[in-house]
Amino acid sequence: MGKARDALFDPVFNNNPIALQVLGICSALAVTTKLETTVTMCLAVTFVLAFSNVSVSLIRNQIPSSIRMIVQMTIIASLVILVDQFLRAFAYDVSKQLSVFVGLIITNCIIMGRAEAYAMKEPVGRSFADGIGNALGYSVILLAVGFVRELFGSGKLFGQVILPLTTEEGWYPANGLLLLSPSAFFLIGFLIWALRTWKTEQVEQEN
Amino acid sequence: MRKDGILMTLIVATGVCVACSVFVSTASVLLKPIQLQEKALDKKKNILAAAGVELKGDVDQLFENNIDTEVIDLETYEVVKDIDLATLDERKAAKDPATSIQVDGLPGIPRVSKYKAVYRTKDGKRLILPVHGKGLWSTMYGFLALDAADLNTIENFSFYEHGETPGLGGEVDNARWKKKWIGKEAFDEEGTPAVTVIKGTAPPDDPHKIDGLSGATITARGVGDLVQFWLGPEGYGPLIEKRKEGAASG
Repeated sequence: MGKARDALFDPVFNNNPIALQVLGICSALAVTTKLETTVTMCLAVTFVLAFSNVSVSLIRNQIPSSIRMIVQMTIIASLVILVDQFLRAFAYDVSKQLSVFVGLIITNCIIMGRAEAYAMKEPVGRSFADGIGNALGYSVILLAVGFVRELFGSGKLFGQVILPLTTEEGWYPANGLLLLSPSAFFLIGFLIWALRTWKTEQVEQEN
Repeated sequence: MRKDGILMTLIVATGVCVACSVFVSTASVLLKPIQLQEKALDKKKNILAAAGVELKGDVDQLFENNIDTEVIDLETYEVVKDIDLATLDERKAAKDPATSIQVDGLPGIPRVSKYKAVYRTKDGKRLILPVHGKGLWSTMYGFLALDAADLNTIENFSFYEHGETPGLGGEVDNARWKKKWIGKEAFDEEGTPAVTVIKGTAPPDDPHKIDGLSGATITARGVGDLVQFWLGPEGYGPLIEKRKEGAASG
């Protein structure tokens, strides 16, 4: 049981896919201007990551190594299409805002990375835990970035006004930089700094 | 059987492909009706937004209470009574020579539907015209709302469907950019369509010029072209002319 628990919780802070492995940055920049889209993206990635790990793990003993990448890719792409179709049916507005980024989950390195590095070798249950765990690690960072960007960039959380903006007769002058993608780079940088101050073993050795 | 042999490779490849395609197509077929319903609802929401109606409560009900729809024949500019709105599919109609007309002014789009559903607010303040045209990647669909009294002042302009690059051309649905259209005048003194999208920043007091979108030259040009077309002689120009005369003579 210990191994499954490690697979589930290690990626949250000890081996975070964004902060330590620096994977999946693209979507972390693109969808975090608002928490609504951020949460939807996190759920979508969680679903795809968990089930791609399970599916790959299920047939790991059958996949010939010569075509393993393309098999993983096919499975991931199918799951992403499913998520996209679901969003279009049940969350039309959010799916419009996320536009291409749902489809781009296919190219999120975390998903392919976990399939190749973990699910190809480990049994189904543990692969599932690993998928959920890495999705949690991804979500923690995304939600933190989304929270700061929406709160200080547009004075809102989930579309509800928290800090009334000066442009709408409030007192808070919005920070426009936070609405632009580069701000997510700064925020992720700060998060990595904080995490490495807390867990010093993550600091890379200087040569 | 050897795991890395050719036979096993073929079996796994075929198996994965068949399983995945069945899975994906089942989902797509089952979800299609709900998606179409959502799309129709989204269109209504956009018409209501163009009409300036606050989106509170049931969208269908709001639409019923606030919007009048009429179908216009783009050759005669008369209201067509015998066409059922529920079955009018303008995109399909544009493909059939019997229900479409040939146009020259719209780059990349040779034919448009002969029948267009146009909308009016029940208080008689706005006329809402459906417009479309090519951007860089996609056909953009939107609504242009004119002040029904002078049929010149633009009250609202927005796109409800497009496939332009998010962050660049996709900024056609940026609220700040859409606001720039409000209050502009569609026609010049001679009654020819004058509103255009220019490169860079437009002088604030110019009644016809709209700021361009940086990094989206082709999309912005497409928007300018489509507005010129739909306000012009092949689009709704004669209809607007006719309504103006109608209003003037009582």
